[in-house]
Amino acid sequence: MTRESFDRHLQQLQDEVLVLGSMVDKAIDRSMRALKGRDMEMARQVVAGDRKINQKRLDIEERCVELIISQQPVASDLRIIVAVLNIIIDLERIGDHAEGTAKIALMIGDEPPLKPLIDLPRMAEKAGDMLRRSLVAFINRDVASAREISAEDDEIDNLYDQVYRELLVFMMEDPRTITRATRLIWVAHNLERSADRVTNICERVVFTVTGKMEEIGASKY
Amino acid sequence: MNPKIQTKELDFHYGKVQALKKVTLDIKEHQVTALIGPSGCGKSTFLRTLNRMNDVIPNARLEGAVFLDGLNIYAPEVDVVEVRKRVGMVFQQPNPFPKSIYENVIFGPRMLGLNHRTNLNDVVEKSLRASGLWDEVKDNLGKSGMALSGGQQQRLCIARALAIEPEIILMDEPCSSLDPISTLRIEELMQELKGKYTIVIVTHNMQQAARASDWTGFFLLGEMVEYGPTSEIFSRPKDKRTEDYITGRFG
Repeated sequence: MTRESFDRHLQQLQDEVLVLGSMVDKAIDRSMRALKGRDMEMARQVVAGDRKINQKRLDIEERCVELIISQQPVASDLRIIVAVLNIIIDLERIGDHAEGTAKIALMIGDEPPLKPLIDLPRMAEKAGDMLRRSLVAFINRDVASAREISAEDDEIDNLYDQVYRELLVFMMEDPRTITRATRLIWVAHNLERSADRVTNICERVVFTVTGKMEEIGASKY
Repeated sequence: MNPKIQTKELDFHYGKVQALKKVTLDIKEHQVTALIGPSGCGKSTFLRTLNRMNDVIPNARLEGAVFLDGLNIYAPEVDVVEVRKRVGMVFQQPNPFPKSIYENVIFGPRMLGLNHRTNLNDVVEKSLRASGLWDEVKDNLGKSGMALSGGQQQRLCIARALAIEPEIILMDEPCSSLDPISTLRIEELMQELKGKYTIVIVTHNMQQAARASDWTGFFLLGEMVEYGPTSEIFSRPKDKRTEDYITGRFG
């Protein structure tokens, strides 16, 4: 018995997850550049691009269903497909958070800046980095690395605290900044949630390898 | 969960060929246990040791023990007829006798000395109801068992096995000659019957093992490689050989 064709399909499925991951990674990066650089065109592109991300997720889901029907996978094959089905949901949601950031960039438009953006781009960079590495860990079935990445969620939580406190001070000092500051808190929240979703992906890496679901990145939020 | 059957270090030889190697296994009461593995792995041989069906094979030799409720069924004082009364069997090909449905079902009880008509009628109805065939044949019990469809014949054979009120039913690939709907009926039946009986099934169909059994044992080259709850064997097997076999990457 050989299952070359099934193996090929499983490989392609995981390649597609990487493609989706890279679309989402780009969305995080571009939404932050749009916000920081007041680039409305780029923000609109991120919003439009989210539909492609959603479609890609549905396509991958359909492939998973086809493989389940045609191959009736068990054991590690089944775990890979179950992991993919879950990971693509997290990726799509991270895409939604990036879209949310892009929409805030559009809302802010050319209002005068509240403050130079430093910690938010750092959060975006860190979230993107964690995302990329989590997918590499999935492909390599690297449990140790998945656990490490998950632990790094604390850095994002700390940055979120910092941004939140800083913006609170702005609002207390001058209530006229409340609207602008609240929008930036939403952005920080989007990024914080994105990193949490990355820890879900890391949990699926552990599940794929061991067959056991365990919570490895209990976020502060 | 109590073990209904326990095998201890069971070795079986066909002449010089060793078919089973030190198989130690607890089969749980009121559960469906599936035995899977490639052809020639020993699973059918193992099944047949559980009611001494291998006794008649020339040059066959068995070492170790099979305990049924703690009684070694290979002990010299044990009556093989008594063992087979407690451990019924259903085979791969439905094999009804060329007799009426009624006569097929009462064959066992009659051999064991039951002759009273009313009692026999009761046995027929009870057994055919239990095997899910009653409603289809109740108005035609005089019809030949051979005239039934394959799926019905197999359920007739199950009714025939149930008629002697066994405690355990062994099934050797009972669905391999049946269509998918008849197969599903037999699988559902196994789930119904396990409340009263203990069922051991040999199957080549891994999806069947996954669907119909509570426990699964994987055999390879006469060894029992892995045994555990079916959901665990099919989601996270511990042994690489089990993984390779059930995912179809064996060899």
